[in-house]
Amino acid sequence: MIRNIHRQMKNFRIAIIGGGVIGSAIAWELSKYKLDVVVFEKGSDVASETSKANSGVVHSGINSPPSSLKARFCVEGNKMLQPLADRLGFPLKWVGKYVIAKNEDEIQELLKLKQVGIENQVPNLEIQDGKEVNKKESNLLCHQALWVPTAGITLPYKFTIALAENAVANNVTFLLETEVVDINCKDKFFIETNKGNFQSELLINAAGLNCRKIVSMLEKPDFNIYPCRGEYLVLDKSYSNLINSMIYPVPPKKLGVLGVHITPTIEGNILLGPSAEFIDNPDDKITTIEMMRNLISEAKEIIPSIPEKAIIAAYSGIRCKLASPDEGGGADYRIEESKQTPGLINLLGIESPGLTGAPAIAKEIVKMISKNIELKPKDNHKTIKFMKKRFSEMNSKEQSELIKKDERWGRIVCRCEHITEAEIIKALSNPLGARTLSSVKFRARAGMGRCQGGFCTQHIIRIMEDYFGIHIEDIKLKSSESNLFMGRTREVSDDKP
Amino acid sequence: MINLKADVAVIGGGPAGLAAAISARKNGAKNVIILDRNSWLGGILSQCIHDGFGVEETGKSMTGTEYREMYITEAKKHNISFMKETMVLHINKNRELIAINKKGLHKINAKSIVLAMGCREKTRWNVMIPGDRPSGIFTAGVAQAFINLYNIMVGKNIVILGSGDVGLIMARRLKFEGANVQGVVEILPYASGLPRNVVQCLDDYDIPLFLNHTVTYIKGKERLESVKISQVDEKMNVIPGTEKEIKCDTLLLSLGLIPENELSKEVGIEIDILTGGPIVNQFFETSVPGIFACGNCLQVYDTVDNLTIGAKNAGKHAAKNTIYKQNKISNVYAGKGIRYVIPQRITKPGRVFFSLRVEKPQEASMMRVNADSEEIFKKKLLWVNPANMVEFSFDVSSDIVNSGKKLEITLDD
Repeated sequence: MIRNIHRQMKNFRIAIIGGGVIGSAIAWELSKYKLDVVVFEKGSDVASETSKANSGVVHSGINSPPSSLKARFCVEGNKMLQPLADRLGFPLKWVGKYVIAKNEDEIQELLKLKQVGIENQVPNLEIQDGKEVNKKESNLLCHQALWVPTAGITLPYKFTIALAENAVANNVTFLLETEVVDINCKDKFFIETNKGNFQSELLINAAGLNCRKIVSMLEKPDFNIYPCRGEYLVLDKSYSNLINSMIYPVPPKKLGVLGVHITPTIEGNILLGPSAEFIDNPDDKITTIEMMRNLISEAKEIIPSIPEKAIIAAYSGIRCKLASPDEGGGADYRIEESKQTPGLINLLGIESPGLTGAPAIAKEIVKMISKNIELKPKDNHKTIKFMKKRFSEMNSKEQSELIKKDERWGRIVCRCEHITEAEIIKALSNPLGARTLSSVKFRARAGMGRCQGGFCTQHIIRIMEDYFGIHIEDIKLKSSESNLFMGRTREVSDDKP
Repeated sequence: MINLKADVAVIGGGPAGLAAAISARKNGAKNVIILDRNSWLGGILSQCIHDGFGVEETGKSMTGTEYREMYITEAKKHNISFMKETMVLHINKNRELIAINKKGLHKINAKSIVLAMGCREKTRWNVMIPGDRPSGIFTAGVAQAFINLYNIMVGKNIVILGSGDVGLIMARRLKFEGANVQGVVEILPYASGLPRNVVQCLDDYDIPLFLNHTVTYIKGKERLESVKISQVDEKMNVIPGTEKEIKCDTLLLSLGLIPENELSKEVGIEIDILTGGPIVNQFFETSVPGIFACGNCLQVYDTVDNLTIGAKNAGKHAAKNTIYKQNKISNVYAGKGIRYVIPQRITKPGRVFFSLRVEKPQEASMMRVNADSEEIFKKKLLWVNPANMVEFSFDVSSDIVNSGKKLEITLDD
């Protein structure tokens, strides 16, 4: 039940639960209209769950059953991404992908994938023999491969952040560390959070792994969520020349996943993963030694020369599945207005290719909303100015000019990735108000290199102390309880080493 | 772009860079410049407030900061130029450096370059510790920086993985600051750090050392809550059923150091996979003529005293700016019982100073040097330990160098 309904309860026309890529894409799409929109995100930043911990792959549509929502949104989203990236300033690269048949038997699978792709209108698919593939990818063991030129890569967290920050620039309210604890519906939605109570006319459930929890606050859910963990390993940039494109095995016949693939990242690292393991607790984002070993050995089946000592990090993300492993793990998305609770729009089971589909899904939601609410476009819809390149990617003339303007461009804080103090400050001043060490990492990339923050953390936290004027104990790694330090050893600090 | 010239440009102003620069000046280089990323000189010594520095060199035990001051004072006396808060972005074979600081980009033309970039610490992922990714996990050197440079307390209830010197020093340091240091966990059957540090930092403070143990799991959704440790067998495989969970809020990692050689690799300097540093000849010259290497980017040294001896040699030869490269090279190999040896190449006959580390602790044993299959030198070592470097010298004949004989150093069982 809703407690403490006071006069200060804030009213919005539309409330979105979840600041992942889906919630953020919807927020961005809705920011184009004259509406009061709020997004509740329980994490300390957007993209703090599955949206940051995935392969960052822009899918083509060869893996989703024809006429499914997955296929439709994937293919539509794929086409929308380039203009969106140009407009919002997140990175995107069309590196293409090879699906590898390691032997004669697997060639049938390639043909099936190609057929699905053709039915989904994925262009320019091509079966190539191993020799031809090896001309471009010399390190692969490959019998034949399906070449998919319309597959690409992005940085999933940068993508989500760009959507969310641009939504904020257009007056969408993002509330971080705000967890929905209860909802009531009586003409309007009464939403109770740990940060106060809110009202809205429409409620969009983009809570990802928690979508069932949200539904059950209002009605009896007619579905279950089966969390499926995927672990990844990150390789040092110095091995970036091992591959040029994404390298996939033929998909395993169970679990509804694509198998352990080898994916280049925008930043020059290589990802190995993901594993697929159904788990009970959707918060259990751990890595395991068994899967780490597995990922290496599976990747080595495709590229034997993958060096084990090249690993600089590991992480995991959780897929939100509507089908249990017994049911094969594969189920289509459910994107629908609840019949029992009018005004509640649910996005259920948005797993891969949800990142690719996000812009198209957001358009679909706007269409659904327009049936309930009259949408009037804003006259002054805008985007935030962004840098096309990081400092380290600029030529020396561009670099010199920046340093002349502001000497903070001349101070390298993260030595592995050559990130400057100016870029750290820019990340700290983000319009979402995210202020953890991770929020700096995901915006500026400081700490994501081979030393994993060994050198730069001490400088960044001192910049944070100064910039926010906060105590050292209040600096967090990623969430409200993840404090990095336990006070000072003595009251007066002599900061000059 | 700001253009500068130097006789010797030293990359890194830690103890190695300072010693090399001073030595270069003393040996005739006029214009010596040190570039360092930090706003201070002395590198990691600045956070080493414990003593034990300079014992062999000066007969006096100093703190790291005192040792640092000694070198900075001398460097200033010799009119060495310093560029602080300056990061070298690129170097090339023509010995041009591109560096950046708040004044802008600099191009420095140097007659010689000395690499003294130091090293970085291994992280949790270098040894693949699974589990959660909470806050409260620090490498030992980073924790040392927080406490000693900035008075920031990293935690209260500590477990340390790895018995490298920094880990041992930090066990004591945290104890001094009132933390509960529950123990140091070491996968090997012996401590990796210097024996004196085991006594002075652990034994004297009743901090337990768990040999043949390792951390197998990290737990904590937000801040670290506990770690699991397990016993390992002689092949370092976890023994099932030995797992124990230790509640703690902080895990320090002292897993070893990796020489920093991103610049060296970019310019095409050959790297020794055993040391992780450049392959050098007896004059500390790398495979790229005119570029020398010293300090922890060459090999991870045991004591700063040994490090500065090597760095001074590197600085001396950099100042002379003679190209020693010849067609005749005698390669030096680490054989049985030897982890690595420096120099890896001998390019001129004469007295050569070697330093090496052994594979494992051993009682009195004979070290032998063979040229092809002929024994040319041997030395009885009373007690050896991987933590302590072994140093020796002998004359290498012109016959060996001219006929390109292969030198192999071995240790008897």
